[in-house]
Amino acid sequence: MSTSPDTPAAQPLIELDGIYKAFGDLVVLTDCSLDVAPGEVTVLIGPSGSGKSTLLRCINQLEEPTAGRVRIGGVIQGYEEEPLPDGRWQKLPPARIAQQRSRIGMVFQRFHLFPHMTALANVMEAPIQVLGRTRADAERSARELLERVGLSDRADHYPSELSGGQQQRVAIARALAMEPELMLFDEPTSALDPELVAEVLAVLGELAATGMTMIVVTHEMGFAREVADRVVFMDQGRIVEQGTAAEVIDTPRSERLQAFLASVL
Amino acid sequence: MNASAPAQSPAAPRPAADAIPGRIRAKASPRPGTWISAVIVALLALALVNFLVTNEVFDWGTVATYLLDVKVVQGVGWTLLITVLSMLIGTIVALTAAIMRRSENPVLRGVSWAYIFVFRGTPVYTQLVFWGLFTVIVPKLAIGVPFGPELLALETRDYFPAFWAAVIGLALNEGAYLAEIIRSGLNSVDKGQTEASKALGMSSPKILRRIVLPQAMRVIVPPLGNETIGMLKTTSLVLAVPFTLDLTFASNAIANKLYAPIPLLIVAAIWYLAITSVLMVGQHYLERYFGRGFDDRPDSSAKTGRRSRQAAVNRASTTPKDSLPEVEL
Repeated sequence: MSTSPDTPAAQPLIELDGIYKAFGDLVVLTDCSLDVAPGEVTVLIGPSGSGKSTLLRCINQLEEPTAGRVRIGGVIQGYEEEPLPDGRWQKLPPARIAQQRSRIGMVFQRFHLFPHMTALANVMEAPIQVLGRTRADAERSARELLERVGLSDRADHYPSELSGGQQQRVAIARALAMEPELMLFDEPTSALDPELVAEVLAVLGELAATGMTMIVVTHEMGFAREVADRVVFMDQGRIVEQGTAAEVIDTPRSERLQAFLASVL
Repeated sequence: MNASAPAQSPAAPRPAADAIPGRIRAKASPRPGTWISAVIVALLALALVNFLVTNEVFDWGTVATYLLDVKVVQGVGWTLLITVLSMLIGTIVALTAAIMRRSENPVLRGVSWAYIFVFRGTPVYTQLVFWGLFTVIVPKLAIGVPFGPELLALETRDYFPAFWAAVIGLALNEGAYLAEIIRSGLNSVDKGQTEASKALGMSSPKILRRIVLPQAMRVIVPPLGNETIGMLKTTSLVLAVPFTLDLTFASNAIANKLYAPIPLLIVAAIWYLAITSVLMVGQHYLERYFGRGFDDRPDSSAKTGRRSRQAAVNRASTTPKDSLPEVEL
């Protein structure tokens, strides 16, 4: 995703424009707009129920926004580019949506590894089934990825035989196997024992150093301070403050952010 | 992040389980109930054996003579064949119906609902009689333009013998029950599995085939085994078609000829038990196959999920000896 010479400013890789999301009567996201440049690491923080996960899930269409647009690389997600003459938006067929999702890696709080497959098979599954890669090819890259997350000797273990931190690292390798343009992390360390958090954060830090575009929902302020290019604070479904880690964490302006930081730091 | 992790001295190694010092030598609290029930059961068992041996109604000589009778053994073969075929077809029908039931297409959902409603709601005996009469009700099947010319026509009587009427009848009835079992199995798989697969860009059919169904099988196989054993005995109803070569019909025919119903009922019962035992072995292996990767694998020697999980993690030695992260940066 290097900037091409004929575009003056780098086009944002992710553009969220006026996202609203309601579950029935409950409005969980209100007018959320956010641009993320290629290679940027954005950390979303905020109290639970503030809509961080929902916003993240709107990016890869696990949730459909009630209003607003999600663009990845300038392309509207989930709908045709132009509205129909009657003002409605034509939804994309399932295959196109799946294709758009396949460009975005996602890591879940509770890992969601496939329990009936070994770590290696977990990582190989999507490249074979979605990208049509050969088994040999998929296995070679899967072993490389497991090595990268420090688990090459665990390739043949089932998820139930791995510690939480190892499961999460396999989940990261599984997402990376699709060679995504960007990675979404939904509280990747929240389900882990404290002593296992560091190994997962280490993998995230290494990934950020390779120039991967990442959005990370987390409560780990130390990680945000060290790795994030930008920290976004959400509360009650709105983006309240954003800026560099130093600006947001060390010199919070709003009272709500000050109160939140006092409770987590 | 490595730097922030506290340095720790390596923990002392775990002792061998038989080297735990001061192992508690516990005396079990008395359980007189075990002994009392053992005595009662032993007495009842003796009474039963005495009854079976001394009562001449059982006529064990006749049982021995006809246990391996040609007609009986052939009956076993037909019964097995009908059971296996109707379960196979029934499972395919049920899987289709269960998937249709979960579909977003309301037409497919409706068709599936109607199928289950009719076939689960009417007696299997009635259905078997109907399939037996199928060639009378529908003498000719034709493909053609409605009210127009026929392109292809065939006499059903030439293609639909009693054997297939029995198999199709049993399969369609069974499929209605299995559809609900499979549907609940599919619903039992964690929604996160579907979400993770979607996020990887997998299509719905692939998610079902590769991710959801293999995990659902773990829940489906035990009741499926139950249904198969039930089916084995339901095949005795195929005389409604009428199909007259199965185990029950064959042994009944001999019994009527000899005027000795009870020994031949015992012959049939012994065979049904024997086949059930074989099916149970098959079920055991199926359960083990689909339980792979799960904590409560039936082949695991550990009694509880907790102990089995801890044992699995220990065996795999996947927890770091010291709590320093093993990632190299």
